[in-house]
Formats: sequence, C-alpha cells, structure tokens
Amino acid sequence: MEKKNKMPFKGTKEQEAQLRAVIAEHKDEKGAAIPVLHKAQDIYGYLPIEVQEIIAEGLGVPLAEIYGIVTFYTQFSLNPKGEYQIGVCLGTACYVKGSGDILQEIKDILKIDVGECTPDGKFSLDATRCVGACGLAPVVTINDDVYGRLTKGEIGGILAKY
Amino acid sequence: MVNLKINGREISVPEGYTVLQAAREAGIDIPTLCYLKDVSQTGSCRMCVVEIKGARALQAACVYPVAEGIEVFTHSTRVKKARKATLELILSTHDRKCLTCVRNRNCELQALSDELGVDNIEYEGVRNEYEIDDLSPSVVRDNNKCVLCRRCVSACKDVQTVAVIDTMERGFATKVGCAFDMPLSETACVNCGQCIAACPVGALKEKDSTDIVWEAIEDSDKYVIVQTAPAVRAALGEEFGYPIGTPVTGKMAAALKRLGFDKAFDTDTGADLTIMEEGTELLNRMQNGGKLPLITSCSPGWIKFCEHNFPDFLDNVSSCKSPHQMFGAILKSYYAKKEGIDPKKIFVVSVMPCVAKKFESARPEMENEGLRDVDAVITTRELARMIKEAGIKFTSLPDEDFDQPFKEASGAGVIFGATGGVMEAALRTVYEIVEKKPLEKVEFEAVRGTEGIKESSVMLGGKEVRVAIAHGLGNARKLLESIRNGEKNYEFIEIMACPGGCVTGGGQPICSSKTYMDVDVKAQRAKALYSEDERLAIRKSHENPDIKELYEKFLGEPGSHTAHELLHTHYTARSKF
Repeated sequence: MEKKNKMPFKGTKEQEAQLRAVIAEHKDEKGAAIPVLHKAQDIYGYLPIEVQEIIAEGLGVPLAEIYGIVTFYTQFSLNPKGEYQIGVCLGTACYVKGSGDILQEIKDILKIDVGECTPDGKFSLDATRCVGACGLAPVVTINDDVYGRLTKGEIGGILAKY
Repeated sequence: MVNLKINGREISVPEGYTVLQAAREAGIDIPTLCYLKDVSQTGSCRMCVVEIKGARALQAACVYPVAEGIEVFTHSTRVKKARKATLELILSTHDRKCLTCVRNRNCELQALSDELGVDNIEYEGVRNEYEIDDLSPSVVRDNNKCVLCRRCVSACKDVQTVAVIDTMERGFATKVGCAFDMPLSETACVNCGQCIAACPVGALKEKDSTDIVWEAIEDSDKYVIVQTAPAVRAALGEEFGYPIGTPVTGKMAAALKRLGFDKAFDTDTGADLTIMEEGTELLNRMQNGGKLPLITSCSPGWIKFCEHNFPDFLDNVSSCKSPHQMFGAILKSYYAKKEGIDPKKIFVVSVMPCVAKKFESARPEMENEGLRDVDAVITTRELARMIKEAGIKFTSLPDEDFDQPFKEASGAGVIFGATGGVMEAALRTVYEIVEKKPLEKVEFEAVRGTEGIKESSVMLGGKEVRVAIAHGLGNARKLLESIRNGEKNYEFIEIMACPGGCVTGGGQPICSSKTYMDVDVKAQRAKALYSEDERLAIRKSHENPDIKELYEKFLGEPGSHTAHELLHTHYTARSKF
C-alpha cells in the first residue's frame, strides 16, 4: 500500500542548502507550496518523501497536504527519472494503433509501473499525451530517439540497445 | 436582521446567517452531505443547492449568506432534480453493502437516499477498489465507502491540527489518505477518532474488539472485570433511542451484569485515584520548584499529540497513567490479593468513549510484572452492539448499581468526562488538602462550559494558581504556543484531545450533521454528568471511602513507591510526521 520510494535517496548537502534557500525565500507567501515544489523538483529531479518532509516542515504545511498537491498535478514526480526516459504515446491515434499493448509490454519487461524508475536507475517510464507524430503511430520515445509503427515484438530488442 | 423570502414566506434572520441556517429556522430541512457544523463548510458536494431568484446557477445553501430581499426556493422541481442527480452519481461509485456496514441505519447517505426518494441508480460508475487500512489499533479506513465529502479531513486538519489525512490524486482516482499512502499507524495520527465522528458513512470506524471480549467472557477460566468511563453513561442511551443528554448509569450497570462480566466497576474510582496522585504531583512541583505548568495526562489522544508535536512539553505532562489504566493496575494487584483471585486470570475490559484508549492500553509500558493493566478496550458504540447482540432489552432494564467494592466513586470522578471536569475535580481536592478546610462551594463554574480555551485562577495557601483548560487539539496547540513564546504563564493545565472532552470522544455514539445543527451535543452530554455529580453524596475524590482504604491498606501515601510502580508512566518523543 505504501508508495515510499524503493530507490535509496541520494540527495546531497548542497541540494538541501539550495532547497532551504528556496523555502526561506517563499516562506511567508500565500500559496508558497507550488512554486517551492517546482524548484525542489528542479533541484532533485523528483520529490521523494525526504524532500517533501523538508518542505512541509519549512513551510509549516502538513505533509499530507504537500503530498496531495504533488499527486494532483501531473508535472510533479514522486520517482526519479532514469538515464533513459521512455515515453509511450497514449494519444488517440497511437492508442487505437495499439500503444496500450506496447506500454504493457514495457511494464512487463522492466517490471515497473508508469511514473516509476527501474531500481538500477537506467529506465523510467511515462505515458505521454499526443507527441504530434500520429503518422508514425504507435510511437515510443527514448530520450531523443523516436520509434514509430511499432509492434509488441520489437520492444525487447529496442530496450536491449540501451 | 435580514429579511428574505423562502418558498414564498417572509422570514427575518440575523445578519451573517447562511441560507441553510435561515431555512432551518423557517422549519425547512435542506439536505446536506459535506457540511458539518463547526467542522466543515466547503459547499463542495452540491447536495444543499437551492434556487435563488435572479441567480444564474443553483447555489450551495450551506455557504450562501442571506441578503436583504433575496427569494429562495429550496424544493423547486429544478432543485429536486439537481439534488437527485448528484446523489445518484455519488451512489453510483459507492460500495453499497449497507446490510453489513457498521453504519447501517445511522448513515447520512442512506438517509439522503430515503429523503430524496432514490428508487433506482441509473448510472453504473467506475468503482475503484481500495485496500482497507486496518493496521491502526484505533481507526479503520475503508475508502471503498468514502463519498469524498472531506469532513474527516476538516476534522483532522482544521479542528485538531493533526493533519495526517488529506485528499490525494485527481479525477476518478481522488481519495482521502495519508502522505505516500502510509497506513494511519505509521503517521503522526493521534487516534482521537474525530474523523470517525465526522464521517457521514461507514468509511471510518473503530477497530472492533468485541470478539475478544466475548471470547474472554465465555472462557470460564478467566475472571472478566469490566469498567466504564464517566462519559459512557452520558451517551450510551442514544444508541437505544433516549434523547441526547440522558444519563443511563443504572441501566448500563444492569446491562453489564447481564452480558456475563464477573464484575462491573466504575472507572470513576480510577478517576478519584488519578486526582489523588495528580493533585499530589501538582503540590509537589509547586512546593519543590518542579516543572510547571503541570499538564493533565488522562487523554491519550493529547499525549500522542504532545509526543509528536510538542516534545519540549513532555516534562510538563503529569506522569499519572489515565484513570482506566490506573484502575486496571489496581484490579490486578490490590483487588486480586484482597479477593484471592489469581491476577493472571483477571481480564480487564475498559468501556471508553474513546478510540485512542485502544492505542494507549497497548503501549508497552502499560503493564506491571508482565500483566497488562487493561486487556481490551471497547468504545461506547461497541458496548451498545454487544448489548444488542445479547438480546438485552436495554430500555426495559431496571436501574442497578455497580458492584462492590468501589461502588462509592465521587462526583468529581463523574465530571472527568467533560472539558474542565478534571480541573474541577483536582481543584476540589487540592484546595481542601492545602487549605485544610472544606470548600464553601464545590462547583468551580469558571472552568465549565464549551469555550475552546478557558482560564481562571484559584488562591491556594496564599499563592495564586493560574489554570487553563483546552479541549480540541487545535485549541491545545494555540495554548501551548502561547506558553512557548512567553505570552502566557500557568501552573496547571487540563487538555483533552476531543472538542467537548470525552463526552464527544471518537468512540461515542455518532450524531448526524442534522443533529449537530439542532442540538449542542457536547453541552447536553456534559449536563448529564454535572447532574449526576450534583445528586451524589460524595463529590470529592479524597472523600471516596474506597480510595481512603486503598491508600491505608495498600498504597500508603499518594506518590509512594508502590503508587509510582503501578500508577505512573513515562512518555516518548516521536517524529513530527
């Protein structure tokens, strides 16, 4: 039931000092949580419990409320991004062309869910909105590489290249 | 006054009233769901929508302020259609297992469905399946039944300032939970159960312990002693149709004996004992330069709140165990010896208005020589269920007494269940110990009442003793912060976690939001306790003959070595999250 991260937190003292400076800057503003969370995500790349606790304590906002904000907005991430960020397009065209099955195949191979990162930090998986390459549907992006007209069977081979 | 028209009839109400309040005064019942007086007023569920002449859209009556000359229609066809559609949508995703739900027949969603005449749910909504969080010893959350009214969130965050639950995710995935989906038991939840009291449905309930109590009763090898807290008698009757504020002490004692307990005692004896120990602790600290203010320790929700949020005040908290824990320890030592019962065979059941007592009784330190002070805690609600399960016709029961010994508990013990009660009980005793003369007036009116923070002072031995009383943890937080930053100074403080004190504890019979609009529940239940106090011959803890005998024959002096072994405890600082 718990969503605490399986990956160990590797935040540095420098990152924490940066975050505390951001908190100090916004502390007395109304609605400070969202701008602070944005900057925290810039600093750490994601928002694990360790980071959210510092923000909750620093702003005097309950941790449950901070977590509520983080899970409400899709641009906030609870998990780190991998060295290779996989995006599976679930836009209408890709979806009717079977990108749902492709997403499932990637989840099965990497044993992670959407929004998560593999324990070795290599791959992270996101489901994206339309990437504007409908002619190539279904489309998967891995960092800057784009793979189009994919079938389920090709996935294993593509992942093996990284 | 503001003049307006509701359903064609003129009415004038005070300024600042909402349309909901005005309609209620005019004898019109507008349905509500997310609204809960003094707790939650967000206008988000749309059950209370009304038509206001000239307004484009329907308006939420619970937040719409009255204005001069407005015309309101509370039950027009447009309004009724809108409400019914909203309710059907809520019902479409609700886990409608009413027959097996703890809130069956005391559910606001059921009542709405009945009132609005829902006879068919047209929509089949997407159902999320949620794991039930039953890892806490006190509170169980079943999100499958949650209607997302957020009343529990308001109770936890705004009233209690505990704030361990909130809304998470968005759209269909929206749910109420703890940060990182942690179970309640791993958060700074204090187990006060005010979320349960606020819940209109069965999404929150107490962790049921009736099975282990039945098992103990049926075990012929066990000597099962039940004790009931003062606040239980002030509310148990509601479960059997009595009006709020009817004391049912006699019928409750009769029911306990018929349930098969070997002995039924009154926790008020434990309360009297607490006063002897805590009063002595106060005097000692005052005379010997000890840490002040001394803060009461009867409320386990408050204790855990202090451990998480105010660890710097832990030395201020009295080392006294709470009354039922003290009494449990005495039952397994003094009483067992006196009656020649093997203490290992004694099973102590506490009936409490409180779900935090379940956590408290399970604290590792609450034992002596390997014997738990208390073996099981059930709430007032669970006791009512046991009485119903046993087929006891509560309303036809005669009034009976608690068992001997410990029958003579004082009125001071009885008022422990209301905010200010522990303070008043302590003052009655401490005053007479110090002044060595009887009080002219037993009642300390200044510490009574439902104001959030109360202050008073008493002259004791020529010294002014400044006292304060806070009930509800939001008020406790305010009070402690004012002490922390040097604004206020006191010698003695009473804190109870629940607004109103134990009478409106998280384990008490649950009142609907409608009831709270019409009745001041905490004041009515408190009145039941104060009236019982008035009727009793003994109204001071130190005059309780059983307590005197207990000290003479067993404990020696208050604060003695034996008393410390059995009746005192210690606390642990805990993480803020």
